[in-house]
Amino acid sequence: MDFSNINWKRAAIQPGIPILLLVLVAFAPLYGSGYIVTMFTYFILYIIITVSWTIFSGATGYISLASAAFYGVGIYAAAMFGERMPFIFVIFIAGFASFVLAFIVGAITLRLRGIYFAMFTFGLVVLMKEVIHYWEITIEGTRGHFVIYQSNETIFYYLLGIFVVTIIVAYIIRRSKFGLALASIGENEEAAGHTGINVTMVKIITFAVSAIFMAAAGAVMATKLTYIDPGVAFNPMMSFSPALMAIFGGMASIYGPVAGAVIFSYLQELLMTGSLKNYYMLIFGAILVATIIYLPSGVTGLIQNLWRRFKGARSAPTRG
Amino acid sequence: MHLLEGEKVTKYFGGLAAVSEVDFYVDEGEIVGLIGPNGAGKTTLFNLISAALEPKPGIIKYKDKKINGLKPYKICRLGIARTFQTVKIFGNMPVIENVRVGSLFGPLVGLSTAEATKVATELLEFVGLSKVAYTPARDLTLAHQKRLEVARALATKPTLLMLDELMAGLNQTELLEAMELIKQIQKKGITIIMIEHVMKAIMGICDRIIVLHHGQKIADGTPQEVANSKTVIEVYLGETSDAGNK
Repeated sequence: MDFSNINWKRAAIQPGIPILLLVLVAFAPLYGSGYIVTMFTYFILYIIITVSWTIFSGATGYISLASAAFYGVGIYAAAMFGERMPFIFVIFIAGFASFVLAFIVGAITLRLRGIYFAMFTFGLVVLMKEVIHYWEITIEGTRGHFVIYQSNETIFYYLLGIFVVTIIVAYIIRRSKFGLALASIGENEEAAGHTGINVTMVKIITFAVSAIFMAAAGAVMATKLTYIDPGVAFNPMMSFSPALMAIFGGMASIYGPVAGAVIFSYLQELLMTGSLKNYYMLIFGAILVATIIYLPSGVTGLIQNLWRRFKGARSAPTRG
Repeated sequence: MHLLEGEKVTKYFGGLAAVSEVDFYVDEGEIVGLIGPNGAGKTTLFNLISAALEPKPGIIKYKDKKINGLKPYKICRLGIARTFQTVKIFGNMPVIENVRVGSLFGPLVGLSTAEATKVATELLEFVGLSKVAYTPARDLTLAHQKRLEVARALATKPTLLMLDELMAGLNQTELLEAMELIKQIQKKGITIIMIEHVMKAIMGICDRIIVLHHGQKIADGTPQEVANSKTVIEVYLGETSDAGNK
């Protein structure tokens, strides 16, 4: 084998930095305060939701606003099964239920395009919320459910585990033959179909897979809430956040949605706790509008461009 | 047995019959030209064969098996590949990746990744795009994008290749190159149906020509027969046309 053209420095740094960061974050409960752990928990939560949103919507360009529905399914799974079985099974049930729901919804709606698809998927969130609300009031005669308690550290580590799985799955999909099919669908769906790709199946399966992680995260986060009702579980913000974070971070690489989720949720934290809390939505909106106008490929796109310009300037003479 | 056969193929868009009771056939090894004025239903017929649309009513048979009602990806895997009138490439992917998609998903038995790369490299060589293999496809010229579509279609290992206006918008040199390319493809043993407005190309390389007008077939024969047909001259070629008089 010829090893001479492997860039060893690059090979060491590329996975090295993320793994180092992961280890640092993983030990946060040992050195950090409770506040730090909670903040990291939310960072990881939003990374999971945003990355899994990007698996489908980033690749295909179909903007899904169903994230809150899948997240809510996870929350309800925790409420229903949390007391009856070990928590790890609850997470699996949440993921499976969400996969089935997304598969069915995908089969019905993925013939819709553009704004129609976005509207319908958002409709799913409202539908789930209303149906469960009706069920609770008229059939169970209650409103909401209690969820078993878990310590902050337990929640943190469960989420960290889901986070690692999500990133690995997202990475494998991106690099695989399946990911190539998905990317061609995003580029030109008609041509993809005529080139031998089973467009419908690829779209539905990806949509369903991306829903698994959202529900798993929902199941874990439910234990933090201890009491839930349909209004809490199916909060529309959970649909908008991943889309906004992914656009903000950029979707060209896997780092984009991660960076977007972390920066956005930190910003949210800063604005909501600081003296600007009354203007939080206003500032938030302004940043987003500015991103869409001036940074069409997101924050990571901006950094990449700057880096290329910097490197280009250094190597310009040799290129002649 | 014909390779491809259509019986009373019909497609309505609202009240308009875009293609109306068209009978046609294509034999193995032929180059068949499909001509007619704008709006005659040529591209619609292509869409019907490649299953982008479904004929209602009508039957399309490929190797004696009915193929209407199948999904486009199935048609492709059966061995019918196509290009598009307005190019539909995967613009943000490198050129070679466009072709790899074809060889990974198009054949009935998909290739391994390594084989797919090898096939893609060979096909880029064949259509003359080796130099731009790693350029994003959107940066190519129109002539090259059309060649890329041909390479992607060939990567799916077709028996029948449908070319939708491969020559439109090309200059004189590119035109001659495109004609040469089509002849080379025929030499590989691939049957071709092509929609074209460039009469010189059609008359020069087609074995047989089918003429559509208002969705109906008005002529079907050798280039000479079609060029001398009174109806064809009236509706399409025009009185002063010198088509076919080489």
